[in-house]
Amino acid sequence: MKKIISALFLITLFVNACGGEKTDISSGDSAKEKLAQKFGLTSFEYENGIGPVKEKITLGQIDMIKSKTGEKIFTEKCTQCHKLDERYTGPALRDVISRRTPEFILNQILNPEEMTKRHPEVKKMLAQYATQMTFQNISEDDAKSILEYLRSVNK
Amino acid sequence: MKGKGIIISFISILTTALIIYNCSGGGNSSNFSDAASKVYVAPGSYDEFYAFMSGGFSGQVGVYGLPSGRLFKEIAVFSQDPETGYGYSEESKAMLMTSYGFIPWDDAHHPSLSMTAGEHDGRWLFINGNNTPRIARIDLRSFETEEIIETPNSGGNHASPFVTENTEYVVASTRFSVPIINKDVPINTYKENFGGTISFISVDKNSGKMNLAFQIIVPGFNYDLARPGKGLSHGWAFFTSYNSEQANTLLEINASQNDKDFIAAVNWKKAEEYVKQGKAKTMDAEYYRNYYDEEKQTAFSEVNKKVLVLDPKECPGMIYYLPTPKSPHGVDVDPTGEYIAAGGKLATVIPVHSFSKMIKAINEKKFDGEISGIPILKYDAVIAGEVQDPGLGPLHTEFDGEGYGYTSAFISSEIVKWKIGTWEVVDRIPTYYSIGHLMIPGGDTKKPWGKYVIALNKITKDRYLPTGPELTQSAQLIDISGDKMKLLLDFPTTGEPHYAQAIPADILMKNSKRIYELEKNKNPHAVKSEKETRVERSGNVVRVYLTASRSHFKPDNIEGIRTGDKVYFHITNLEQDWDIPHGFAIKGLNNSELLIMPGQTKSILWEPKQVGVYPFYCTDFCSALHQEMSGYIRVSPANSNVPISYNK
Repeated sequence: MKKIISALFLITLFVNACGGEKTDISSGDSAKEKLAQKFGLTSFEYENGIGPVKEKITLGQIDMIKSKTGEKIFTEKCTQCHKLDERYTGPALRDVISRRTPEFILNQILNPEEMTKRHPEVKKMLAQYATQMTFQNISEDDAKSILEYLRSVNK
Repeated sequence: MKGKGIIISFISILTTALIIYNCSGGGNSSNFSDAASKVYVAPGSYDEFYAFMSGGFSGQVGVYGLPSGRLFKEIAVFSQDPETGYGYSEESKAMLMTSYGFIPWDDAHHPSLSMTAGEHDGRWLFINGNNTPRIARIDLRSFETEEIIETPNSGGNHASPFVTENTEYVVASTRFSVPIINKDVPINTYKENFGGTISFISVDKNSGKMNLAFQIIVPGFNYDLARPGKGLSHGWAFFTSYNSEQANTLLEINASQNDKDFIAAVNWKKAEEYVKQGKAKTMDAEYYRNYYDEEKQTAFSEVNKKVLVLDPKECPGMIYYLPTPKSPHGVDVDPTGEYIAAGGKLATVIPVHSFSKMIKAINEKKFDGEISGIPILKYDAVIAGEVQDPGLGPLHTEFDGEGYGYTSAFISSEIVKWKIGTWEVVDRIPTYYSIGHLMIPGGDTKKPWGKYVIALNKITKDRYLPTGPELTQSAQLIDISGDKMKLLLDFPTTGEPHYAQAIPADILMKNSKRIYELEKNKNPHAVKSEKETRVERSGNVVRVYLTASRSHFKPDNIEGIRTGDKVYFHITNLEQDWDIPHGFAIKGLNNSELLIMPGQTKSILWEPKQVGVYPFYCTDFCSALHQEMSGYIRVSPANSNVPISYNK
């Protein structure tokens, strides 16, 4: 079984590599793709994280109702490790929306274990903070509410 | 030439090894490497079966994997467990309450898996407490004890807690007869004053909740083991008895006089009818039912004061005695429900009764007198056959579903395989040493899984590295897939393993709980976020509401405690990730640590007696910064004015 998987993986890599040659993309994208490939990721994953969110989402105005719900969930499930303005168990989060894409934030909330194992940025964080971000059993909907809250606190 | 030399010496070494091995008599496993490959579970792979083995006098249940024999967990049942805080924490103390007060220990004998249509369904595991008569129910999603019910009018709850075909009931009976109701009488008035009871405890098919449905008063013999019928004999249950002599001293001689004692055959469907007709008397009794409320994460006790009792004299057709040689121990029903095999401990044969012959004999009234309203059936009218030369001291029988019974013989230390119908012994294998129970996965059901038989041995002597006078207990795994039984593995067990049960792993694995969801945590002392953490004083009671998450407690600096205070720590593990428990201990804690699962709240009482500063810490290595997960509590003199304070 493992052999089949690695064979498939190689084939996928090969196909991807060929695909890269043919499609007409800008040199910047191609550099990004190469970098992502170095870590075994797609360029989407490199930029937006690995997890259930697999394509860009569109964000409108901040939804204040969702943001209120998000604040409540954030207090219950995140504040034991995160503060807005100071380092605690994990990094301060006031400006996280400026540092990461919304999709990255969602994937990090929903899929912390795989993110820590495979994503180079999150691996770096593990080295810095020593504790892996914990899986908090949060639904995708609730994670989106937390995202609205994090957007609302950004200065 | 050189190569040839190596081959030759290799062959000679191999031959020598084989000769040495064959002479050592190490125990019937014909080929070690073959046996090793059959029990080898590669690192990271799973065992095929879960096995649940009674911890005997440890009061717990051991969870093992088969065929590897690896120990996964000891489930705290009747004994306090300082590893998890079971029986020490404020939430769990009620589980060990009885009408005799708080009892932190028992002697656990017979794990029994719940059944649907005569097959193990993987919902619950029941086990008896023999000493202070109790039955526990373990939830097989959490592998935690969820309920314990006491059985009144009982001494030595040994014939228990065997399960009917659809878990309608678990049964119990008295190994030691006692005055019913218990009272102050001379012991030598045994024959006038002592009696036995057979109890039927109903199990709610949705919640598992146990209820003592009714008891049957029976003559004061020692009721030893039990098995409800199945298939053909569904609706009946069978109980062995010894000491029909009703001796009250030196039983080893005085209770071994009669050539035959009895198996009591109880028609429980008939008993149910008599209860419905109002034939049962309501008797005063006091017995506890303790249950764990999963949402409140707390155990509660209810005290019952009444029990319904049936008297065989007033309930014809409800119970019969099957004469059975001699001081029978085990009673086991084959997968069809037709055959009832008795382990005639002191008998020279294994008597096997026929259910259909029994029904015929009842209809034709082939009786040999009666005792206290219980008709005694004629031996020849009910016996199907006798297994001759079954080894010395036959105790228990399990079935493989392929037409064979396997009986343990204690005195001759062996398992004897015999054919149902012809009653001939077809194979035998020594065990090391003094086998008690034996277990085939599903071997007590309508459809045994077969494959292995486990010998549960009482004595190990020279089988393991010695550890002083107290040696390990042991189980042996034997392959029964071929014509000849083959010994595969010895493995140590904790406590004394009496009976055991096994079930394919995939039935349980998929339901195994990973976390307690914080949203559903209704423990009145839970704190769901660090914002809610606090310390409150009311008189000399101080409640510390703590949270634990990787890698800190909140709060972790607490002041204003005084000597003489009763300090309750209520700790909620805020994690929602699998396999991230946190522990809690504080210097001078007089009871036990707590081990708190993700999403769970547990509480422990601490009564500081000396002034000073006390460190507390997480005992379960949780993260790279686990060593940092600690805090301090300042304890001031009883008359101090230091106010309660803590870091927010």
